[in-house]
Amino acid sequence: MTDTPIHELADAYRRGETTPTAVTEAHLARIARLDDRLGAYLTVTREQALRAAAASDARYRAGKPLGPLDGAPLAYKDVLCTRGVRTTCGSRILDGFVPPYDATAIERLGAAGAVMLGKSNMDEFAMGSSTEYSAFKPTRNPWDLARVPGGSSGGPAAAVAAGLAAGGLGTDTGGSIRQPAAFCGIVGLKPTYGRVSRYGLVAFGSSLDHIGPFARDVTDAALLLRAIAGADPRDSTCLDAPVPDYAATLAQGVRGRRLGVPDEYFIEGMDPEVERAVRAALDVLRGLGATVEGVSLPTTRHALATYYVIAPAEASSNLARYDGVKYGLRVAGAKDLIEMSSRTRAAGFGAEVKRRIMLGTYVLSAGYYEAYYGRAQKVRTLVRRDFEAAFGRVDLIVAPMTPNVAFKHGEKEDPLSMYLNDVFAVPADMTGLPAISVPCGFSAEGLPIGLQFIGKALDEPTLLRAAHAYEQATPWRTRRPSLPS
Amino acid sequence: MPDAERPPMISREDVLHVARLARLELSEPELEKMREQLNSILTYIDRLKELDVTGVEPTSHAVPMVNVMRDDVVVPCFPREEMLANAPDRAGEFFRVPRIIED
Repeated sequence: MTDTPIHELADAYRRGETTPTAVTEAHLARIARLDDRLGAYLTVTREQALRAAAASDARYRAGKPLGPLDGAPLAYKDVLCTRGVRTTCGSRILDGFVPPYDATAIERLGAAGAVMLGKSNMDEFAMGSSTEYSAFKPTRNPWDLARVPGGSSGGPAAAVAAGLAAGGLGTDTGGSIRQPAAFCGIVGLKPTYGRVSRYGLVAFGSSLDHIGPFARDVTDAALLLRAIAGADPRDSTCLDAPVPDYAATLAQGVRGRRLGVPDEYFIEGMDPEVERAVRAALDVLRGLGATVEGVSLPTTRHALATYYVIAPAEASSNLARYDGVKYGLRVAGAKDLIEMSSRTRAAGFGAEVKRRIMLGTYVLSAGYYEAYYGRAQKVRTLVRRDFEAAFGRVDLIVAPMTPNVAFKHGEKEDPLSMYLNDVFAVPADMTGLPAISVPCGFSAEGLPIGLQFIGKALDEPTLLRAAHAYEQATPWRTRRPSLPS
Repeated sequence: MPDAERPPMISREDVLHVARLARLELSEPELEKMREQLNSILTYIDRLKELDVTGVEPTSHAVPMVNVMRDDVVVPCFPREEMLANAPDRAGEFFRVPRIIED
């Protein structure tokens, strides 16, 4: 029951073979047994989950489930506000904060009958690629507890991979859904910018933040996306475009689609096992009737540098709100307001968050604004043009998700080497294009490898069909980490 | 303006200045480490200077959007008590902060 995709659970509920309560209890029992070692959750909402599951049971008994997500037990990254349930962002600075409202995505999943199991771990303020920067505890990779699950959404990714949730929500500002999905051997989808409302998402980089699903398979990702997507008057950057029934057209496959493979995504120093797995995946896609051709994205080597100007700049502005006045931590004994804020922020933020605030403040400061921030915004245009040119020729871009498999805890102590892990992930955030990571094999040591598809804006249907066709043609999704059952 | 040809070199004074702007108190060891790390990151970012961006318009947002308008109708907002419930310190219906104005 704890390794079944949501759409199969829903079938079993409808047939009366099991109930949302039984499945929720099975997940809660697994959390109680394994999460001491994994560290996937920061808060487990046991009572709330059982109440929601009981209500779902009743709807199935009455023959009136709310839809395919009714009774689906989910893990939510702790950057999404949950009414009445503490929300930490993996940070000490939000100490004691209990949101008075739900994020739109969470509200919509609740309305669809989903069961929240809890709030899951993350790098502080979603800044990091390993979940080692959580102020509370690291999360471990279910495939090898000595390794990181990726980040910043390492908690929900590890939870789904280990059977501690059937699916979940993460956020992706510079790869934070797709990179942990790749490291944990599950599906992670970053929709088009604006496809999902950011209301109730604690802001990091407002022009880059995306909410999206983690899932055991592409069908579940399609179902979760449909439930959370669509216009929201509470987020003016949320797009008012119709939301298709993504799952309904998955079977249309990838035949006749033109896939572009960017030369620049096969870099020197990348793990040869990753390259081999991705090249083999291209053969599978050809076998499914797609055409594969080379494309060029020349600004790839500049995209990450651009990201590390723009994201910290936006973060330094967004995180100015943590001043010890309205919520969260306040350090006592300061003699004036500025000292109170400065000392509160010193005590409440971890080293990586401080680094990004400093970097962002620097690139926005007088005398440096044009040289760094202004230039980065122009290079962002060049990155976008690269993709526009490529999408003039192909329907989708296919590439490795990461240059390497999951690394070991403590392996990347230098901040820059951590940043470089997201080199293939950030272009989709910079351009707002939809992108997905699906498992495409395992290293000799048994660590998952991720295949990335990037689509045209709002063309999640084509993206999901290709990912689904590939997934169905390969055995990877059936493999599970060897944890106690 | 920084010299375009020169690698970035942030001084201790720069770090202190930026920390003040960012309302961030840094300890002495943090300060030196921050200086080193920022220099290392900015050296990497320096590769942006390789590109000619003359005449390129800046992108501030992934999806081009115009203003989003709604009808000007009154909608309920959060109850004051709920919003104040998260305050680290309050006085009645206000957030309390250390004295700002001198006697």
